[in-house]
Amino acid sequence: MPSSFGEWVIFFAQKYGVFFLRGAGTTLVIALIGTVVGFLIGLAVAVVRTMPIEDNSPRGRRIFYRVVRWILVAYIDIFRGTPMIVQSMVIYYGSAELWGLDMSPMVAALFIVSINTGAYMAEIARGGIISVDKGQYEAALSIGMTHGQTMRKVILPQAVRNILPSIGNEFVVNIKDTSVLNVISVTELFFMSKSAAGTYMRYFEVFFITSVIYFVLTFSVTRILQSLEKKLDGPDSYSIHGSQTVPEAVIKGEA
Amino acid sequence: MSQPIITVNHLKKHFGTNAVLNDIDFEVEKGEVISIIGSSGSGKSTLLRCINLLEKPTAGVIRFHGQDIQAPGFSLSGYRSKVGMVFQTFNLFNNLTVLENCVVGQTTVSGIDRVKAEAKAMELLDSVGMAQYIAAKPRQISGGQKQRVAIARALAMEPEVLLFDEPTSALDPEMVGEVLNVMRKLARSGLTMLIVTHEMNFARDVSSRVIFMDEGVIAEDSSPRAIFSNPQNDRTRAFLNRML
Ligand SMILES: Nc1ncnc2c1ncn2[C@@H]1O[C@H](COP(=O)(O)OP(=O)(O)OP(=O)(O)O)[C@@H](O)[C@H]1O
Ligand SMILES: [Mg+2]
Repeated sequence: MPSSFGEWVIFFAQKYGVFFLRGAGTTLVIALIGTVVGFLIGLAVAVVRTMPIEDNSPRGRRIFYRVVRWILVAYIDIFRGTPMIVQSMVIYYGSAELWGLDMSPMVAALFIVSINTGAYMAEIARGGIISVDKGQYEAALSIGMTHGQTMRKVILPQAVRNILPSIGNEFVVNIKDTSVLNVISVTELFFMSKSAAGTYMRYFEVFFITSVIYFVLTFSVTRILQSLEKKLDGPDSYSIHGSQTVPEAVIKGEA
Repeated sequence: MSQPIITVNHLKKHFGTNAVLNDIDFEVEKGEVISIIGSSGSGKSTLLRCINLLEKPTAGVIRFHGQDIQAPGFSLSGYRSKVGMVFQTFNLFNNLTVLENCVVGQTTVSGIDRVKAEAKAMELLDSVGMAQYIAAKPRQISGGQKQRVAIARALAMEPEVLLFDEPTSALDPEMVGEVLNVMRKLARSGLTMLIVTHEMNFARDVSSRVIFMDEGVIAEDSSPRAIFSNPQNDRTRAFLNRML
């Protein structure tokens, strides 16, 4: 049996290495899918919530919009206003009890993280949309674009670019927060760690390893997203397109 | 007599209790180059914005070739593509390159195929002296260059009328000339233009008609020569004395 902290760490790393990696993989998959789907949900909610309602549109449609918006606000408030650990319990056990739904923990996990992230993303995306300069919107309308075309071609690309840091932030939060899913027995990193630690009653050593893995995950994700952001911004400079004259020639001629 | 392109009748616009436009009436004939002058807050921008319905009139009728642009079923998108607008703050699409700025309207609004749209954009960018910068993003070019691209973007829709809202007032003095030159060229080409401007020399030399606005009404509407050399209205005279 290992006797020191260091020996225990090495022991667990060797014996449970694959175990940890599988847990980390599950964590990453849930966080990634949850963030992407949550982003799409959030974007859709924000687009609907920022849709202009003309005063002269038919009464029925105005009421419909109002009801839809009310539902969306309720969704955002409820999912931001309750802890994900509680949502997991309610949704996982509730769906089984109310509708006899036999979701696997993994399916439940993906659902919960997506819908929870969606609620946060909805507000982030709405912030992104309304922070795009109003002149961009007016310019698009002024060349005849409809509201939908304006959103697709002009507003959303800028809004999404501006909220990329927040999306990355949500991703990192999700990597960490998937740990609460252990309450519904999702075999993510925290759950795996708990089982390993329980077997030998060595909590400190195991969770030391666990924390290192979490940190490596969040750290790499942060860096990858940062470089992705840079890439999306395109080159800092642009190339001059010579029409009749070769630019070099012009520059030499002037010198 | 041919039908005017745009007719404005009894146009009123209130912001809350602030009556910004009071009973505006005027017509725009094909080929006219109309300068709209007047002191700050007199409602010039609001008038232009009402014409392409960026602002919803409180009352009044605006017609385009005789058709009420506020009537249900009127194609606002089609109308706006025929009545372009050039903004004081350029408002180039920040996410798109110079070339794309001039292509996106053609492909999404008019359904023109990409190759043709790019060719047309290139031709227009060339005519405003911006052909070399097609790959640049708006943040990489100067104010004067942005405004020339914005004009090319508007022209790409083949508008019948172009509205300009103080196109040069956000520019450094040395860039004003390059934009005015482009506009002068457009005026000569026969394009119908409505220009809100503080450039009195430009208004006098280039326009075929000058409208002086004061406190939400058209106080004087006449030829540039008449307005600048012999203003009928005291307020016009006072304004011009300040400006010239
Ligand atoms: N969205 C708005 N809400 C409330 N008031 C507005 C709005 N837009 C304009 N106004 C008011 O309408 C009046 C006329 O504004 P407008 O921008 O049309 O003037 P302008 O003649 O273009 O002035 P400038 O030469 O300074 O551009 C001003 O008193 C302004 O405060
Ligand atoms: Mg103005």
